Amino acid sequence: MSYRHAVGGRVYRFDDLRTLLGKAGPARSGDDLAGLSAESAEERVAARMALADVGLKAFLNEAFAPYETDEVTRLIVDSHDARAFEPVSSLTVGEFRDWLLGEQASGERLAALAPGVTPEMAAAVSKIMRAQDLIAVAAKIRVVTRFRTTVGLAGRLSTRLQPNHPTDDPVGVAASIIDGLMLESGDAVIGINPVTDSVDVTERLLRLIDGLRLRFQIPVQSCVLAHVTTQMEALGRGAPVDLVFQSIAGTEAANASFGVTLAMLDEAHQAARELGRGENIMYFETGQGSALSAGAHHGVDQQTCEARAYAVARRYRPMLVNTVVGFIGPEYLYDGKQIVRAGLEDHFCGKLLGLPMGCDVCYTNHAEADQDDMDQLLTLLGVAGVNYIMGVPGADDVMLHYQSTSFHDALYLRSALGLRPAPEFEAWLNANDRTALLHAGPRSLGAIG
Amino acid sequence: MRMTELRSFTPARVALGRSGNGLPTAELLDFQLAHARARDAVHDPLDARALGRELALRGWPSVVVKSAARDRAMYLRRPDLGRRLADPEALSGLGRSRLAVVLADGLSPRAVATHAVPLLEALIPRLDRTPALVIVEQGRVAIGDEIGERLGAELVVVLIGERPGLTSPDSLGAYVTWSPKPGRTDAERNCVSNIRAEGLAPAAAAELLYVLIEAARTRRLTGVNLKVDAKGLPGA
Repeated sequence: MSYRHAVGGRVYRFDDLRTLLGKAGPARSGDDLAGLSAESAEERVAARMALADVGLKAFLNEAFAPYETDEVTRLIVDSHDARAFEPVSSLTVGEFRDWLLGEQASGERLAALAPGVTPEMAAAVSKIMRAQDLIAVAAKIRVVTRFRTTVGLAGRLSTRLQPNHPTDDPVGVAASIIDGLMLESGDAVIGINPVTDSVDVTERLLRLIDGLRLRFQIPVQSCVLAHVTTQMEALGRGAPVDLVFQSIAGTEAANASFGVTLAMLDEAHQAARELGRGENIMYFETGQGSALSAGAHHGVDQQTCEARAYAVARRYRPMLVNTVVGFIGPEYLYDGKQIVRAGLEDHFCGKLLGLPMGCDVCYTNHAEADQDDMDQLLTLLGVAGVNYIMGVPGADDVMLHYQSTSFHDALYLRSALGLRPAPEFEAWLNANDRTALLHAGPRSLGAIG
Repeated sequence: MRMTELRSFTPARVALGRSGNGLPTAELLDFQLAHARARDAVHDPLDARALGRELALRGWPSVVVKSAARDRAMYLRRPDLGRRLADPEALSGLGRSRLAVVLADGLSPRAVATHAVPLLEALIPRLDRTPALVIVEQGRVAIGDEIGERLGAELVVVLIGERPGLTSPDSLGAYVTWSPKPGRTDAERNCVSNIRAEGLAPAAAAELLYVLIEAARTRRLTGVNLKVDAKGLPGA
């Protein structure tokens, strides 16, 4: 079905919902690259006006990637909850924005609505929302998850301690973990990106974190962000796997480029569930641009593809989900302005879809961005109630070669907004003299791995 | 142990100290300097003529060509243009060659300006003949596919500046592709990365590349099915 809107005597026509969403989005280098952007500023606003008049029900009748060949589309369509959708089913996208901002849209109502919202609906409404709208609505939604800590409670801000090392050296990793714990970081997860995707390295690093946790009785969970199949092999060997990680995207073909299918994720989820650690045992990372980068976007704009990845995530009731918003590079998000907007959209869409959203507030050295831009996004997300951010020593990831947020940044944000760490972790901080970690030293702790 | 001793165990920015919740001034400015250097590494252009003269001094002829990305701003926004030659006829002066080596600025022109010549000094004497050498401005890895195909090469090696990190503004990558032609994927290449003084030294990288080149010629393929282990030995 095509859509049209007349502005000042000129009629703009949009062939289908995909095209309309692509043109309604803010200026974005990745959509330019894909040839999906509006051709003029006026066309962009005309697309938003046309989009505001589209009924939400239209999104249930038009597949963004073919149902027959895309399992993410099948997941979205087959798992849609019509009863949850009922309160907004007669609304247009524009009316949906008004409804979301209204007082009656309480946190409880929004949580109940989540299974009735499709990723495409979330992306659509976000495209006609300003930054403050994205913040105001997201701030109403709390998505609370539990492993050894409880993450996402009101008034709390957690961090993933990210102690990466250029050669996976356990002693070097331990040095960064000690530094992070001294600075009150790690209550979402201690999560390491390994250089080498191997079962040996994965097991060694998991044992390091687990040994440290047991020795100092720290309420934290571990994760080594190797490929899901590598983590499963480590689990089979008896490695102490806490959270199971995978990078995911919003189309079947993009997930294939990561080497995963829903069946593989189902299997990993089932194996981790059998350890009896509760409901929230998965950790997913996403990021705008991954589908286009894999040539697997089906003519869908990158933000809508990203929201579709959240449909994959929510199937597994994950402990943690974060967009790695500026990592992919300037061909997808050109500068600080684009990164900030994308971070707010991702957080909003994730929360609206019922996910425990965090954000890796980050940029690369070939993007037009710097620490000032990260401070802005960090602060905005704090106001929006983000579940967690990253804690990287000095904001400089010496393995992945990008800049994220530091232990200091999290302390700043907690202090500026009156936020506290997860309650279990806060109790540990208050009850323990952390200089014991320093006295033990990285050599002794690294030797556990 | 004192906090500052943590620094001896990792290149990460640990034990920075605190001014309130912020960084002490010296650390704040040190980070800015590292970022400034990484930014400069991305944006300082490659002096392609000077690099060509360096190669000529060693008796190795080369040509300089441009990708279809006309400047750095376009290069950063349009990776597709960085993978194509602006003018394919620019290669017409070169004859056919079994092996082509492409020297591309990539995301760190400084990396190729600094490390490519030392690497080739260790590599070329071990080859049966001097490869065709092509210097590319505003080039991405896949431009080697078009160049290799046009030169009739069975193998192309692309030496290219990698995405700079704060601690590594001048890191060079080397990509080896058997039977190059446009449309090859990254899964069909082998890569040697982190070539720089503090990482993999250019001479050691040349050794690894030599092994890869020989293995690729024997097996007549590159990519995920051509495993070479960390010691440079071909695996199964």
